[in-house]
Formats: sequence, structure tokens, C-alpha cells
Amino acid sequence: MTSPVRAAEDAARASYGKLVAMLAVRSGDIAAAEDALADAFVQALRTWPETGVPDRPDAWLLTTARNRRIDVLRRDRRVTFTDEVPDMPMQATQDFPDDRLKLLFVCAHPAIDKAIRTPLMLQTVLGVQATDIARVFQVAPAAMAQRLVRAKRKIRDARIPFVRPDDADLPPRIDAVLQAVYAAYAVDWQEGAGDLSHEAHFLAVTLAGLMPDVAEALGLAALITFIEARREAAIQHGQYVPLPEQDMALWNTQLIDRAAHFLTRASALGQMGRFQLEAAIQAVHAERHVTRTTNWRAISQLYAGLMQIAPSLGAAVGRAAAVGEDAGPAEGLALLDQIDPSAVQDFQPYWAARAHLLAHSDPQKSVAAYDRAIELGTYQPAVAWLDARRAKLRDRLD
Amino acid sequence: MRYTFLLYSDPADFADMTQDDWVQMKSVYGQYIGALQAAGVFVDTDWLHPADTATTLSMKGGEKSVQDGPVAETRETLGGYFVIDVPDLDAALKWAEQCPAAHAGKIEVRASAMDSLG
Repeated sequence: MTSPVRAAEDAARASYGKLVAMLAVRSGDIAAAEDALADAFVQALRTWPETGVPDRPDAWLLTTARNRRIDVLRRDRRVTFTDEVPDMPMQATQDFPDDRLKLLFVCAHPAIDKAIRTPLMLQTVLGVQATDIARVFQVAPAAMAQRLVRAKRKIRDARIPFVRPDDADLPPRIDAVLQAVYAAYAVDWQEGAGDLSHEAHFLAVTLAGLMPDVAEALGLAALITFIEARREAAIQHGQYVPLPEQDMALWNTQLIDRAAHFLTRASALGQMGRFQLEAAIQAVHAERHVTRTTNWRAISQLYAGLMQIAPSLGAAVGRAAAVGEDAGPAEGLALLDQIDPSAVQDFQPYWAARAHLLAHSDPQKSVAAYDRAIELGTYQPAVAWLDARRAKLRDRLD
Repeated sequence: MRYTFLLYSDPADFADMTQDDWVQMKSVYGQYIGALQAAGVFVDTDWLHPADTATTLSMKGGEKSVQDGPVAETRETLGGYFVIDVPDLDAALKWAEQCPAAHAGKIEVRASAMDSLG
């Protein structure tokens, strides 16, 4: 269930991104748009308690921010008067034009450093504070703030246009946006305060809403929604719980249904892609809720498909683990052995999978693989889980 | 918005060029300039003698210094430039993509700061 507080936060987040996008789309100046909007919020906090909340708070904020912007421009005469923002329709019936997609395309523009695209999206589209972004990306707050400022300055000064890219450029540009949104979810989220996974999920769902005819956008929303649905079940008592062992009573069935719906809509578009395949793997896991068993054969086949269209170390290891469950550990190990050893030297999931597959045939080697996986672990709940596995195995060896 | 293309390349890549190659290259650049002019975006261009013929001068600190060679010794050197006038970076990058220099080296695309100085 989505709590009323979360719902209110999401509504504010959606408004924030729309307002920044509307203000920035003509001037190309994101920082100025953010400043003007921040001023408008301050003014709202001052006047709304006395006058009451206006019928259309968004429209009020936009008008106020726009007026602030014009004041600033008047004061600063060196700047030419070019960023007129259209009047907000005051009727409650009329929808906002949603410029957030243009803003997303700007954030993931090829002329913007790849490493800053995701933080830029989180800040400008969702209004996440630079300090929170810095914590999640494990960068010093001052450095993150500086890189964000620099990126916004570049967008303004190099004049990166706020437009939907040409048809010829569109597929790679959409891909860049999807990658950046995926990265927002894939960074090692910390638990508790400062965790931005909800924001990243919101971003993916927003993107799917803005590009309803792009199958991979829907696929990404499905993927992240599936994972988010099992968030609570995935960590118990500070320890990671792998998917097949999760308590299904802790799964959020409402989110699972929503994820499945995204995936169905994606499939209907008939453009297969990496995110849809990954979401399909998640969907098979989710089916356990109904069938009480995991169809590892289906998961193995989906991984094989993933290896064909988007080969990666993660997919290769995931495939070996799935085949290990379906056809037996020896088959899984054979697949692991096909991976270039130098590439997996420091790849933790490889050692965790290897340890698991060796547990019965060679406990000693299995313990050694657990040692390596634990050594490489950065995510505390996962390390705790591996540690517990290793302890069990050692008990058996004694 | 005016954009300047700074054309960088490795002189070693041109060491084996024959007279015919140079004539050919001149005509390719001529066509590109023609296309820029036809689109109404052309402002200026020049093709420079190699960086090893450069002379670097500075009056910084009130003292004149004149040195043989470019500002920085790099493998890829500045060999020429284009100035074009287009609405935004996407348009500039489209033209840069078609520039013959992009195929022989790298193009640094820089927007004019004159507008923001006022």
C-alpha cells in the first residue's frame, strides 16, 4: 500500500519536475529555474497559511517563480529578455504541458558526462538534494554539488536544446535516458534515511508515463517495480534474503500487479529488449506467489536470451545460477567456467554463485569461494548472508 | 549562437599524404564550406600551418616573452577552425559530424561567450 505521506511526496515531486522543466525549457537555464522555484516555495510558505492554499497550487507557484525570474532579469540588465514563460492556465481542467521528458533528454545528452547524468536527473526532475545524492553515490557533498553546477552551466552556455531529439537520433538518446534512470536504481542504496530507491522507482514510472510507446521504457518500469515490490522481503534482520527464500507474505502484491501490467503493455509493442527480459525474469520469480514453485527452466531460457541481446557479466553469472537450479550444480558450474577468469576476479556475484554451486560437491572449495565473495562485498546485508552460509558449511565440514 | 570548431589531429597521420591527396582534401573541404554557406550558417574558417611553426607570445606580468612552438606540446594539435552560426548545440554537433576534420581527428565544439557578456 502506498501511504498517504508517500502519495503526497510523490505529488510534490511530480509538480516540482514539471515546474522546473517548464521554467527551464525556454531559457535553457536549469539553475535559474530552480532558484526561482525555490523563491516561490518560500513565498508560498509565507503567504499560504494566511490566504489559504490556492485552487491551483502549481499554477500559483509557476506564476510566482516566473515573476521572480523576470525581477531578477530586470535587475540584471546585461541579460537579454528571452525567457518568457507562457501564462499558466488557471482553470483546474486544463493540464500542465509536461516538459519533463525534454528535461530528461537534456540530462542524458551525449554532451553531458555520463557519470553526472543520473545525479542531474534526480536533482532537476525530482528535486532531490545534492547532499542526499552525494551520500548515495559516495561522493563528497561539495564535489557532487560542484559537478551538478558545472553540468547545468554547460547545458546553459553550450545551449543544449530542450527538445525531443530527431527521429534519427532518437533510439540512442532514449537508450541514454533509460540507462541513466536504471543507474538511479542500481547504485548501492543504503537502508533507512537517505535511501533514494523510492525516488528512482518514481523516476522510472514517470519515464514510462512520458514514453508509453517505447517498450523498453515500460520494461524498465516493470523491472524496477518488481524489485521494489520485494524490497521489504529482501532484507530481514539486517540480512539479505535471496529471492527463492523470501517470505512471499512480505511481497507487495499491488506493486507486483502494477509491474506485470507494465510488462504486458511492453510486450504488446513487439520490441524486445534488455530491460523487458530482465523484468520477465523477475516476473517468473513473482509467479511463485501463485504456483508455489520457481520455474527455473523459464528463467534459464530468459537469461540465455539476455546473453544474446545484451551480454554482461551479471547475466552470465545469473544464467549459470539459474541453470544450476534447473539442471543441477554441475551444469551451472560448467557455465561459470566458460566465463573469462580475469573478468570475474573481482566480481562478487560470480564468487557467491560459485560458492553456492560447489556447496555439495566440494565444500572446501565452496568455503574458499565464500571467503572471496565476502572479501569483495560492499553491501552489508549481503555480506551478512554470505557469512551465515559459510558458517553453516563450516559446521558441516567439522 | 556562434559555435567554433577547433580542429585537432595528429600530424603523423598526414605524413604520407601525396600531392594528389592534398588536392583531394582541399576539394572535400571546399564542398563542406559550400554546404555551410548554402545553409546560411557559415561565418569563418582557416587552415593553419603545422603547430611546429607556431610562435607563442605572452605579456603576462608586464613582461614580454616570445617562444618558439605552440602553447602546449600535444600529440594532437590545432590545425584549423570553423565558426558557424546555428541555434543550438545539437545543430552544431550535426555540422561537426559532417566536417571532414572529424574523420581525420577530433573536433572541439565551443559556444561563443559573447552573448552572455553583453
